[in-house]
Amino acid sequence: MEVEKFYYDNGIVKKFALATLIFGLVGMLVGLTVALEFVFPKMTYGVDFLSFGRLRPLHTNAIIFAFVGNGIFTGVYYSLQRLLKARMYSDLLSSIHFWGWQLIIVAAAITLPMGFTSSKEYAELEWPIDIAITLIWVVFGINMFGTLLKRRTRHIYVAIWFYIATWVTVAMLHIVNNLEMPVTLFKSYSLYAGVQDALVQWWYGHNAVAFFLTTPYLGLMYYFIPKVSNRPVFSYRLSIIHFWALIFIYIWAGPHHLLYTALPDWAQSIGVVFSIMLIAPSWGGMLNGLLTLRGAWDKVRENPVLKFLVVAVTAYGMSTFEGPMMSLKNVNAISHYTDWTIAHVHIGGLGWNGFLTFGMLYWLFPKMWKTDLFSIKLANFHFWIGTLGILFWTLPMYWTGFTQSLMWKEFTPDGFLMYPNFLETVKQLAPMYALRSFGGLLYLTGFIVMLYNLFHTMKAGSFVAEEAAEAAPLEKNFLKPKNETFHRLLERKPIQMLIWSFVAVAIGGAIEIVPTFLIDSNVPTISSVKPYTPLELEGRDLYIREGCNNCHSQMVRPFRSETERYGEYSKAGEFVYDHPFLWGSKRTGPDLHRIGKGNKNSKSNIWHFNHMFDPQVVSEGSIMPPYPWMIEDQLDVSALRAKISAMRKLGVPYVEGYEEIALEELQYQAQEIADDIAANGVEVNADREIIALIAYLQRLGTDINNAEEVPVK
Amino acid sequence: MLKFIKGYVSSIDGIEIYPIISFIIFFTFFIAVLYYILAAKKNYIDELSNLPFDDGITIQTSDSTNHSDQ
Repeated sequence: MEVEKFYYDNGIVKKFALATLIFGLVGMLVGLTVALEFVFPKMTYGVDFLSFGRLRPLHTNAIIFAFVGNGIFTGVYYSLQRLLKARMYSDLLSSIHFWGWQLIIVAAAITLPMGFTSSKEYAELEWPIDIAITLIWVVFGINMFGTLLKRRTRHIYVAIWFYIATWVTVAMLHIVNNLEMPVTLFKSYSLYAGVQDALVQWWYGHNAVAFFLTTPYLGLMYYFIPKVSNRPVFSYRLSIIHFWALIFIYIWAGPHHLLYTALPDWAQSIGVVFSIMLIAPSWGGMLNGLLTLRGAWDKVRENPVLKFLVVAVTAYGMSTFEGPMMSLKNVNAISHYTDWTIAHVHIGGLGWNGFLTFGMLYWLFPKMWKTDLFSIKLANFHFWIGTLGILFWTLPMYWTGFTQSLMWKEFTPDGFLMYPNFLETVKQLAPMYALRSFGGLLYLTGFIVMLYNLFHTMKAGSFVAEEAAEAAPLEKNFLKPKNETFHRLLERKPIQMLIWSFVAVAIGGAIEIVPTFLIDSNVPTISSVKPYTPLELEGRDLYIREGCNNCHSQMVRPFRSETERYGEYSKAGEFVYDHPFLWGSKRTGPDLHRIGKGNKNSKSNIWHFNHMFDPQVVSEGSIMPPYPWMIEDQLDVSALRAKISAMRKLGVPYVEGYEEIALEELQYQAQEIADDIAANGVEVNADREIIALIAYLQRLGTDINNAEEVPVK
Repeated sequence: MLKFIKGYVSSIDGIEIYPIISFIIFFTFFIAVLYYILAAKKNYIDELSNLPFDDGITIQTSDSTNHSDQ
């Protein structure tokens, strides 16, 4: 058969690689900034868009979708073409994909610090950007499947299966979790409320880790480790089991983020069981990666690329063992809400994603620029300072995690909390937070050294934008082998592969989520739970805008140590009007669910006012940033009518025509609070943002005080 | 709390069947994949695992720009 000559598109790989470097730098700089805000809480005094609550989503989004996202596309665009012996389906689509993705990142970098956020972790971006992400993701999909259709190889290598599963699952997760009712151009409310919203969010949140940070990188692992070490993967059979078991099991494990919360017990148990099962495929995959290097460990000593890859795969093994352990209920009781979780994700982020990306880039740049790496020494330096950075980053955070948990749960012999004041814990952690920042600085230093090294590599070489290759086209009339199994057929048919991966993840997703949808969210209602007043609703939106949920949970778990500290544990029925839910996942500060008027932790209006103005004066040793702008800025009520009517459409029982009197009610309630603050010695205008926020905080967790449980229909 | 959650769950008809269905689906599929893997011929597996090494690149330098496929 005649051989065809064609060219691989390296130009698009280069673009994504450079974007990976640029946004990696940005994401890590933001990360270092937020880490320093733990050490110097007034570091960015009065600058609203630099406060922790707004920058933390920027950091996570920048690392996940900008750094790792561009890293995925770099590796996929490079390996897909070569594994299929075909140029990308369309240069135009490649280009739209690249520029579209970068525009989305820029939009995120602008809107998140401005406080435009849906509050759902790793899905904070508001609805217009969500739509843009969907469109660009479809462009990427068409480009990928177009390439698969015009391939010159009969069979599809396992790495590509991981890419396919990534594409289909991320599409499903993104759409389901971001269904929201737009209120204004940059404000929307989640379609789901309370328990449902939490379940959907963590089904998404967990699988964003699975299908954005894990499966595509496993694909890269299965391509780049064999390429770099020049030997085929240890066991191709194992890789197939790895693939199917992983995508099947991963999709179920989301509820382990909600153990001991108001989520139904059966859903929690499913989450735990599947999380434990995940160890098997994860470790199968890790061992497969490491054993590929059997007999080549001498190369690891000399080759910095392999060093990065080995540590990356090891970090993958560590976090995929730790994750299932943390999802055991007894361990989770200790780890949840603490810095342990933060340490866990950074083993994955810094070790697995970071180091695999670095290894890939150190290998790709010399290849594409047809030269040698500028400096092996500097790459080795990067490896060591990066590894040290990971240790200095994570060890102090494990320490803080255990400290938090031990101190939060310790009782005196008489049965009282040993450390009833939350601040006692916070003060203990200060040196560890400083050490963590130092670890981040080391890691970032290594990254900058890599930028220098790769820049000089680019300068020394000459870039091959179009790499020539030859291959025979696929025969049109392919004779099916006799006795072809179903799976073997799948390996030839990308579209079927797409459909079956979708079936695999959709079954898991549906069985996990459908039951909660069947329940009318109004059924398990506590009769005394009422919708928020207009002022409280506005206050809640400010709470979302400032990202308070990044440091404060609103979910008291049914432990004695928590009911002693915070008050009555949280019930599912209390959140039926919460679009979105604001349970949070971390307690840098105390839980706020029972901070409302008349509850165990309630505070006066003037206390809240002073505390928001200068937390350190009211609570000595606090690391909360001050919010002076909320005292200066007027509350924007222009969208109030739209908000009320959007909430009604979502099922919140505001009576028809309530919009007409909402503003009046808002002003009345605001004046009451302002008068109370004035009576305590501080004059403040009733139209300030702080008044709305205080109204919301005073409402939190109070509905239940007069509750009688109503029988479920 | 428990009473509350039990009420919540028992409001779904046939809730017990969910975990059972899930187990059956997963287990059946897993066994099928396992069977396929173990039954696959060695040379076929070798062929697959060597796919990354055959990318058709023969010429190591770029002789031109702006070529498109085919």
